[in-house]
Amino acid sequence: MERLSERPALDVSALPTVVFGPRNPVWLGTILFMLIEGSMIAMVWACYFYYRTRTSDWPPGVLPPNLTWGVANGIVFILSLGPAWWIRRKARAGDLLGCRIWLSVLALFGLVNIILRGFEFANLNCRWSANAYASTIWVLMGVHSGHLLTDFIETVVLAALAFTDRVDGTRFTDFDENSMYWYFVVGIALVTNFVVYGASRLF
Amino acid sequence: MKLSRAAAYATLLLLAGCQSNHSMLWSSASKQASDIEWLYWFIFWICLVVFVLVIAFFAGGLAKSNVDEEEMAPILESNEPGDRRAKVGVSIALGITVVTLFVVLALSIVTGKTTEGLTSKNPITIEVTGHQWWWELRYPNPQADLTVLSANEIHIPVGKPIVVLTASRDVIHSFWAPNIDGKRDLLPGYQSAFTFQIDKPGIYHGQCAEFCGEQHAHMGFEIVAQTMDEFQHWLNQQRKPAVEPQDAKLVHGRDVFLTHACVLCHTIRGTDAGSKVGPDLTHMGSRRLLAATAISNAPGSLAGWITDPQRIKPGVRMPANPLAPADLDALVTYLRSLQ
Amino acid sequence: MTPSSNPKMAVAEPPVVPPPTADRQLRLQRAWKEPTGFFGWFTKVHHTSIGTRFLVTAFIFFVLGGLLAMLMRLQLARPENRFLGPDKYNQFFTMHGSTMIFLFAVPLMFQGLGIYLVPLIVGTRNIAFPRLAAFSYYIYLFGCVFFWVGLLLNTGADRGWFAYVTLSGPDFSPGKRVDFWAQMITFTETSALATAVCLAATILKHRAPGMSLNRMPMILWEKLVLSFMVIFAMPAVMLSSSMLLLDRTVGTQFFNPAEGGDVLLYQHLFWFFGHPDVYIIFLPGTAIITTLVTCFTRRHIFGYLALVVSTISIGFIGFGVWVHHMFATGLPQMGESFFTAATLMIVIPTAVQFFCWIATIWEGRLQFKFPMWWVAGFFFVFMIGGLSGLMLASVPVDTQVHDTFFVVAHFHYVLIGGAVFPMFGALYFWIPKMMGRMMNEKLGYWNFWLFFIGFNMTFFTMHFLGLRGMTRRVYTYLPEMNWGWLNFVATIGAFLMGAGVLVFIINFFWSRVHGRIAGTDPWKAGSLEWAVPSPPPHYNFAELPTVNGREALWDAEPNQPIVTGVRDDIREVLITDSLDGDPDSKMDSPEPSAWPFWAAIAITGLFVGSVFSAKSVEYTSIPVIITLIGWYWPKWRETQQRKATEVWSD
Repeated sequence: MERLSERPALDVSALPTVVFGPRNPVWLGTILFMLIEGSMIAMVWACYFYYRTRTSDWPPGVLPPNLTWGVANGIVFILSLGPAWWIRRKARAGDLLGCRIWLSVLALFGLVNIILRGFEFANLNCRWSANAYASTIWVLMGVHSGHLLTDFIETVVLAALAFTDRVDGTRFTDFDENSMYWYFVVGIALVTNFVVYGASRLF
Repeated sequence: MKLSRAAAYATLLLLAGCQSNHSMLWSSASKQASDIEWLYWFIFWICLVVFVLVIAFFAGGLAKSNVDEEEMAPILESNEPGDRRAKVGVSIALGITVVTLFVVLALSIVTGKTTEGLTSKNPITIEVTGHQWWWELRYPNPQADLTVLSANEIHIPVGKPIVVLTASRDVIHSFWAPNIDGKRDLLPGYQSAFTFQIDKPGIYHGQCAEFCGEQHAHMGFEIVAQTMDEFQHWLNQQRKPAVEPQDAKLVHGRDVFLTHACVLCHTIRGTDAGSKVGPDLTHMGSRRLLAATAISNAPGSLAGWITDPQRIKPGVRMPANPLAPADLDALVTYLRSLQ
Repeated sequence: MTPSSNPKMAVAEPPVVPPPTADRQLRLQRAWKEPTGFFGWFTKVHHTSIGTRFLVTAFIFFVLGGLLAMLMRLQLARPENRFLGPDKYNQFFTMHGSTMIFLFAVPLMFQGLGIYLVPLIVGTRNIAFPRLAAFSYYIYLFGCVFFWVGLLLNTGADRGWFAYVTLSGPDFSPGKRVDFWAQMITFTETSALATAVCLAATILKHRAPGMSLNRMPMILWEKLVLSFMVIFAMPAVMLSSSMLLLDRTVGTQFFNPAEGGDVLLYQHLFWFFGHPDVYIIFLPGTAIITTLVTCFTRRHIFGYLALVVSTISIGFIGFGVWVHHMFATGLPQMGESFFTAATLMIVIPTAVQFFCWIATIWEGRLQFKFPMWWVAGFFFVFMIGGLSGLMLASVPVDTQVHDTFFVVAHFHYVLIGGAVFPMFGALYFWIPKMMGRMMNEKLGYWNFWLFFIGFNMTFFTMHFLGLRGMTRRVYTYLPEMNWGWLNFVATIGAFLMGAGVLVFIINFFWSRVHGRIAGTDPWKAGSLEWAVPSPPPHYNFAELPTVNGREALWDAEPNQPIVTGVRDDIREVLITDSLDGDPDSKMDSPEPSAWPFWAAIAITGLFVGSVFSAKSVEYTSIPVIITLIGWYWPKWRETQQRKATEVWSD
């Protein structure tokens, strides 16, 4: 391209620098990570049902996991969607105080989820080395616990950040994206719960 | 007894003359293999024609359009008639491609049905179980004492359907005799069945075709296809326990066997040796090759194998057996007497 | 300039261009300065630096993998040869295959070429998520080192590049060998997934204004499809290798038939990844061919839409053919026939690509410059591979040739034909851009012919070996099989190939010093990377471009607008709409940072530790958390800067 000073200009100086949702590349990055992690765990669900077709005794040789803790954690997950949604509203409005409060609340929910998850592991009624079914439900719970821990730590970090002086517009988009990832964690939790607790009884 | 032994040897030697060339082309001995070969050639000729056509068009394009200039030539503006020609050409080529693919698909399915479709009310069933690195054979029979156990050398009668039931004791192996049929994997935790029928007598070489560890390269087997009489004779012979040794040397050989590590892994029916870890040796003297076709059944090779199997098949499960020369000689003679 | 109804595309009249170029360039240089020196190396985040690292490292592993192959060929040159025992041979063939697929093919074709070229071709200043891209390199490098350390310590992986269970399980592969393989997968797949996220985001959000989807150069379509293929395929192998690792280290029973485990599940999971993986390796080759054919026939490619649809179709159908690797396992015939149909169906989009290329050549003005030789080589070699694939697609034929050297011949023809020949073409084409100097053509011809002749000597003979019964993965064979002389010929060919690659390496180093200066656009090509100096400055474009057609430079109006209003005193990039490329927002591009490096170190500690002790994860996860937080934590100065000038969308 020559004689640059003679070229007409497409002036973008008025464009925003803080955008929410699909307009933001970070949103796309988050979606792609969700696709990656979702694919992986979907394959573990598939393994569960594959093993199911290979035997008639189900769960083989062991009791199904205790319902209590799974149901309890499921309820807490569903309730946590509230703070997550509220954070999105606050973030898009640029309400820093609102974000501080609700990020902290979400972090607390996450903590409860983690504690309950500990009880879930203790009540799976099998050791991971017992058989293929046991290994699969342990890995299912384990992989999701990885998602849960990751987003819990991320929520804590964002909550802490919200209390510092390092918050500019782009950080509000991070608060917003984090909630979206939290929806994903909850969605995966509910399906995984169904597979671990429901499928072992229904199929 | 001696006559039948001679007959057995003679048959084997004769058959050795018509040994297979272990190829899937131009040497099929069964309908399965020849059907597959037919399909192969059909697809091959299609491939050859396609290759020549495409390369011809590619080369033609190069020749037609070539512009011999050092500097990069200016861009061609859009070429409507050219693009229309191209559209027609590509569409025709695409149409031919789709039709050809359908033909290949249809023929593959049909051939698959015929090769897999051999059924019979009265097949000979052989259970083949893969081990690292040998083939356990079992000819089951409702009467337990008529069941034959052997290793590595499969005898079957020509003209009769053979059902092979596959299993594996350890890792995935694959049963493959190219002159006879396509291969079938032996999967731990699964059993599968396939059927073939050999039309020509002969000895057909087979090999494990799924990487199974250190001595995958030396895990061969032989299929000996015989007349029905010969096969029945072989089967009856295999059913008997090991001959009681009369000769002093043979008795010595048997004692060596029973007092050394051999009994930890091998069975010789008719003696106390009953371990199933390694191949059944009750009639090993009648086999043409040993150690899953790695060595010939000759005194020298057998002695070498017994003394140091690791030299021939490094990694094999059989340990070295340093023996005094007299013991070794007696043992080899005894083992080769187990017809 | 194509009129657009979008008000954001308003063109200011009369021309309003900021102060003289020289000042702008200085500001851009300062803002986009790449760190130098030893410590600076660990903080680089510009895509050209990272892309170059991938290209160099992956090429080194190509050479190492090739050396292993030459040693394997020496062993197989004669029956019952004693050059390599079974143990060494098993390690070598496993390392050869794994290195070529995981450490060379995907890292070079997808990650190296992608990270280097995509931001230039879309017309932006840096890749999306530059620190993630930097991280993807470090984690790849550490995976390579980890894997090869295993071989050098005689504990190299030795169960084949797919490591089937139960052979690779705890009962039949004691020790750490398979663990090195399984964890190498984790390293390299993490790397590829990270790159996929960066490239997909760059292609969808960073394109120059005017570059709507249907004006994207083929390389961008291919890298976009590839990114999604990586995203959906890699998790399968991560899962299968992790399940194997768990079986081996903590006693899970995934693949133990005695406790409900299933050996076929491993194969399904592995090949659900493995088959798309070979298309992940092949598709970049097709985009390179399209690019070279376009440039050297001096016309737009014929059948752009058909080629795009073909690329996407291959991406989809590639996920539906995996069982054709399992035809010998005795699965039900009906199911196998479905996979034959799908395997044959994928020939259709590939054939469409071939026909469009040939049509372009017929209706073009061809200049058979040196890179085109590699296109010719691709046509010849890949076609043979594709046609032998036709035979393999048919179940009955496959049951004969599966696991023989016929298959080895097939996949080398498609992989070397479909990826390595285009790779050399790409290197001769783009190294002038990267290096600023042309490669030597005479040495190039030696490179080509040694490699082409050697390749066919080695691999064409393997078709015959397979048909004559020689199975794969055997360290030796019996003399009475009469395979000796064919194997000998194959071995000679391998050394010729090696010589060809050596000539390339010599050519590269010679050309760095003596090569003709390339200038900005030696090939007078059409895409945006040819609008910047060679090598590109670290701000890529002095003036951000707009685009008027599929070949940005060829289709540019005489007064094609440039973008103004993106700051040149800080690292700022333009974000555009995913579909039509209209300007949408602006964002900061990260400054150089060492956090990706430290995070990769921490994650390496986690991965390596878990192979030796499951409990270690409790400790090794702490540095991972710390480095990731450090990576994220914003800097005070940059925060204030952003706050001062930020504009919220409404």
